[in-house]
Amino acid sequence: MFKLVKIAARNLLRYKRRTLLTSSLIAVGVTFVLVFVSSSSAFKNLMIGQITDSMLGHIQVHKQGYMASIDSLPLTLNLSPENMKKLEKAINSLPGIETFSPRIKFAGMFSNFMETTNIRINGVYPDKETAVAPLLPGRVKEGEKVIKKGEIFIPELLAKGMKVKLGDTIVIIATNRDGSVNGKQFRVGAVIESVTGPGGRDGYMHIDDARELLRMEQMEISEVAIRLSDFDKLHSVSAGLTSALSEETNKAGKPIFDVRTWEDLSPFYNVAQMIDIMTFFIKLMLIAIVLISVMNVMIMAIFERIREIGTMAAIGTQPGKILFLFLIEGFFLGVFGTIVGIVFTSLATYTINVVGISFNFGRQVGLILSPRLEMGQIFLISGIVILVSVLAALHPAFKASRMEPINALRHV
Amino acid sequence: MSLISAQDLTKVYTLGELEVEALKSVSFTVEPSSFVSFVGPSGSGKTTLLNLIGCLDRPTSGSLMVAGADISSLSRREAADFRGKNLGFIFQDFNLMPVLTVYENVEYPLLVVQNVAAAERKERILSLLDTVDMLDQKDKYPDQISGGQKQRVAIARALVTNASLVLADEPTANLDSKTAFMVIDIMHKMKDELGVTFIFSTHDRKIVREVETIYTLTDGMITGKAAGKGGRHV
Repeated sequence: MFKLVKIAARNLLRYKRRTLLTSSLIAVGVTFVLVFVSSSSAFKNLMIGQITDSMLGHIQVHKQGYMASIDSLPLTLNLSPENMKKLEKAINSLPGIETFSPRIKFAGMFSNFMETTNIRINGVYPDKETAVAPLLPGRVKEGEKVIKKGEIFIPELLAKGMKVKLGDTIVIIATNRDGSVNGKQFRVGAVIESVTGPGGRDGYMHIDDARELLRMEQMEISEVAIRLSDFDKLHSVSAGLTSALSEETNKAGKPIFDVRTWEDLSPFYNVAQMIDIMTFFIKLMLIAIVLISVMNVMIMAIFERIREIGTMAAIGTQPGKILFLFLIEGFFLGVFGTIVGIVFTSLATYTINVVGISFNFGRQVGLILSPRLEMGQIFLISGIVILVSVLAALHPAFKASRMEPINALRHV
Repeated sequence: MSLISAQDLTKVYTLGELEVEALKSVSFTVEPSSFVSFVGPSGSGKTTLLNLIGCLDRPTSGSLMVAGADISSLSRREAADFRGKNLGFIFQDFNLMPVLTVYENVEYPLLVVQNVAAAERKERILSLLDTVDMLDQKDKYPDQISGGQKQRVAIARALVTNASLVLADEPTANLDSKTAFMVIDIMHKMKDELGVTFIFSTHDRKIVREVETIYTLTDGMITGKAAGKGGRHV
């Protein structure tokens, strides 16, 4: 066996230029795919990070039915203090959840005493909110990083449109769940940058102010945003939370809580899926490249070596061993191409990271793409390439092993 | 017991709609430790006969016993196995593996075909290379040595598995006469020393005289049997 491996290796070295060409073709394919995969996944992860960390959170819990009418931010579908107790109990019992932030979400009127417009506001506990959305303080363009009582954070587009500056006094008017209207004065504590995605153009105030404005007798929560300690466990934690909460039903026997991951909440999820589909097709193209080039080179090699194959067979080499010899040659081509490809990719990603390619996405500008080679992807791509190389060699190798020695020996 | 015993051996090839009878009811026997040549013009059937004896082809009818085995109906794998264990081959174009050194070429049949312990393997290869006077060239590749040297390596390769029968199809056709005689001489020596039977096919009259028994083939039939001067070596 070892001898056959040695013969295979020497056969490849015998046609150095051809071997080099074929494996560089494979290497270039591997490089393109790996660079694409690492860049697109870097882009994806960056965007997901931006979306979840600047406002969405990883998982959100609402009262059942709230999501269906989320555009109107209904105050009638809030979670009661009893609901919140149950939810907190479930959250605390589950591993993998880092922290959570309850929010009161409502729509109101924003007045600068001359003009009035509408605004959507999140009433939050400042410390809990920044723990769930760590990028929130970074969104403050001017003003203070922490929300204080009596202050409001307003999105920059609103500040521009309404010609409101930091420290100005404005009035927020809102309708409570019973339909009565209330207004309250706030000082503009900060102007924040808008982000892409739902809620990216909301204002923020302290949750106690929100409660007072909405004249809530008890604290009612519209939304609980959850941050996980490990984002990769998103689905398992989400499933765990759903099952932990599934026993909590209302009088009609329907579940009270509705657990959603960021994937259900942000339209970017569709973009992310599209990236995954593109990656899949790029991988298919790589398979085609490897298949065609290895098959081509193996067919040529076998055609040129018919007499050698005949000699081997005449001397008594079993057909299985001849098959094995050519499969090994295909395997080596794949392995060599993969190794060179990985080296190329490392250089390419290193270069991209050093140069620092920046891009804009929606309202966010100057995002820096930092592709990172993931071991999992390297193993996957290498596995595919090597497997396909062997498969591509299979048919020519099989033909070689079935050759009649007398015909093969007679071949000129 | 005869090493080879052929009875009514017939081989018919079908070329399109045409049936060609390459061998017509050929019968003969070859004793162990013989030096035999089949001669005849091209198309006389000598290569076909060698292919049948060499287990590379199957007779259309008739029986063929080689080294005590009926080889007229072996499967692919069985035939390969039989060739590896019992037969050695020497080709007109030497057919050494270009990627292997002289030593490795001789080693090849042992590794691929038979499992011989490493120490014994080495000893056998070196002693055979010594016998064919190629020991000092053992690390060269086939493209670095001459035709006569290649054929000597091929002889060592054919004998390394302790084959009882070596088949040589036109072994001297690509060699000048001096080298050809030398190669034949080596084969003769091996025959005497190891008791191996050599069977040639050739139409080189000079070489033919060196063998012990000459069978003449014409149109697929054995038309003559004569003793060559090679007989005097015995």
